[in-house]
Amino acid sequence: MVTTAGAEPSPPPTPRRRVTVTSPHTEAAQRARPQRRRRDELADQTELGDVLIGSLIRAQLGLALRVLAVFVVLLGGLPLLFALVPAAGRFEIGGLPVAWLLLGLATFPLLVLLGLVYARQAERNEREFAELVER
Amino acid sequence: MLAVVAVVAVTIATISIGALGVRVARSTSDFFVAARTVPPMWNASAISGEYLSAASFLGVAGLVMKYGVDMLWYPVGYAAGYLVLLLLVAAPLRRFGAYTIPDFAEGRLASLRVRRVACAIVLLIGWFYLLPQMKGAGVTLSVLIGTPYWVGVVVVGGVITTNVALGGMRGITFVQAFQYWIKVTAISVPALFLLAHWQHDEMPDVLAETPPVFAVDTDVAVDTGVRIVVDDPVLVEVDGTVDGRRRDPSDGPLRLTPGPHEVAADTVLGFPAGAPTPHADSVTASDGAEWGRPFGPITADEDHPLYFTYSLILATFLGTMGLPHILVRFYTNPDGRAARQTTVIVLALLGAFYVFPALYGVLGRLYTPDLLLTGRTDAVVLVLPERVVPGLPGELLGALVAAGAFAAFLSTASGLLVLVAGALSQDVLGSTSVGGFRRAAAIGGSVALLLGLAVEPFDINRLVGWAFAIAASSFCPLLVLGIWWRGLSARGARAGLLVGGGAASGAILSTMFGLAPGGWIGSMLGQPAAWTVPLAFAVMVVVSRRTPSSIPPDVGHTMLTLHTPEHLGLARPVAP
Repeated sequence: MVTTAGAEPSPPPTPRRRVTVTSPHTEAAQRARPQRRRRDELADQTELGDVLIGSLIRAQLGLALRVLAVFVVLLGGLPLLFALVPAAGRFEIGGLPVAWLLLGLATFPLLVLLGLVYARQAERNEREFAELVER
Repeated sequence: MLAVVAVVAVTIATISIGALGVRVARSTSDFFVAARTVPPMWNASAISGEYLSAASFLGVAGLVMKYGVDMLWYPVGYAAGYLVLLLLVAAPLRRFGAYTIPDFAEGRLASLRVRRVACAIVLLIGWFYLLPQMKGAGVTLSVLIGTPYWVGVVVVGGVITTNVALGGMRGITFVQAFQYWIKVTAISVPALFLLAHWQHDEMPDVLAETPPVFAVDTDVAVDTGVRIVVDDPVLVEVDGTVDGRRRDPSDGPLRLTPGPHEVAADTVLGFPAGAPTPHADSVTASDGAEWGRPFGPITADEDHPLYFTYSLILATFLGTMGLPHILVRFYTNPDGRAARQTTVIVLALLGAFYVFPALYGVLGRLYTPDLLLTGRTDAVVLVLPERVVPGLPGELLGALVAAGAFAAFLSTASGLLVLVAGALSQDVLGSTSVGGFRRAAAIGGSVALLLGLAVEPFDINRLVGWAFAIAASSFCPLLVLGIWWRGLSARGARAGLLVGGGAASGAILSTMFGLAPGGWIGSMLGQPAAWTVPLAFAVMVVVSRRTPSSIPPDVGHTMLTLHTPEHLGLARPVAP
């Protein structure tokens, strides 16, 4: 998730003095415009830009680690289980050994599924980031 | 002989397609041209085609036949490595635009010294990974036409070296994609015939509490001398020399008593149907029940099988991303999004392949138990179809698996040698000319060939597992920290590469040369990833924190390039 926390620039100080009013299309107006585009903040690596890209990186890394955690929990515990509870390794369903089915067959569709879920979510993160940047 | 025809056909096709492709694809920029036209499905086929090596095609089945279910962690790890690659590396790396890992190291850390260390590790991993391909070639040729082991190594090593030196097989997506479909056909079609035969045979129970027995009267030809162990006494016809005494069939059957026996080279042993199979000294005896459960025969060979398993898992999960010939292929994706899609398809393609090799290992226990006697379990995929399916169909299936095996080591070995030669010519010989590349290919191929002659005693997957362990202990931390952590410094990266890669390869070499002691230390040296990977990460982080001055100044831009979608236009890739 790309958060918008801290993304809004603080309002510029407003000292009590006369201000020049210019047409928004003149060069002077462009220079004086207080709110720059976020894209430029990123490109110029301002503090705001760093916050923005940092939030994207954290979102993507968090997503990757969550998917990895699911995989590790589902599969990574198996050797330990088999070592601690030998009966689990000999368990059969319909005459077929479960350990063989899990490692020889079931893992592969699981990998594809996790890959699909990740790719979708990662793209969503990037879309949200792009919308935030180009708004 | 059909098999020989198939092998020759695959080899000639590979060479000629490669030769034709020279004009099509020569330089890195050609990959970029291809990038716009290669859809993810093709790209994924090409990645899978280059990835499925002798280890996957021959080795997995051999190990399963020997050690049972514990060895399924190899194919699981080989496939799962791509999930980790997808999660942590695929899209950012494509966006960065680096063509090889040394390019990434140099571009990310702005340091030529890091590049040089990365190059040395590319050579190390490349050669390590070439060894099992050479072994696969030696085994395959000796099974097909009965040549000694070295002949296959020399012939295939020579073909690959010449081919790469002349410029063939330069990472052409089309060829590699085609190789995947050859391999998956060659492993799946015979497997379906084998399954049908097993069903027709009233499904004998491979997990029964009996040792493997000869299903039919079997003559076992022993080509190289072997020390066998007999568990149950057995009567055999001998034509040759057993325990130093020459015999021929007219002497009548010999009763082999329980215990070890020496069988000399060029001996034929005739076993009656139903006889329990003696096993080679190098193969652990096990009945079907023990073989079929987790932590079965492996517990006799490994002092710490649980450690071994987890260390193997870590090496394969994290090593895939660091294999030098894999990253190159991601460059042919048009953008980061396509790189992700491609990787998901790769997961599906590899999964479709990896359900089959284990089947050969399982049915090999029933129908080719003589491989346990000769110790050549790595040949089970090649031998089984012809043994089980009679007549011409069997010969055709045998030809098919032989072609698949050859496709496996030709494609992987060529891909590896191209990178080894590239690293050698550019970073060691300091030449970017075609002549320099050719010299480098000749040197790289010759080294692989000579080393390949020496690795006959090692299981193919043992060797591949070591290449993965070195990759996981060096390039994995470089890529992961380089992509996700701004704080990685050039000095930190270099120290981590040297310590992690050095520790892993030192541990492995000490095991190969038989210097490792037994017990915990021996286990840790034999399968080092479990401690060398955390070590490499730790060294990179600690040294980077102490050398903030060698963090590249434009790391901010690098992070934008790695992580922002291309259409935002924030990226500054290192290459166009």
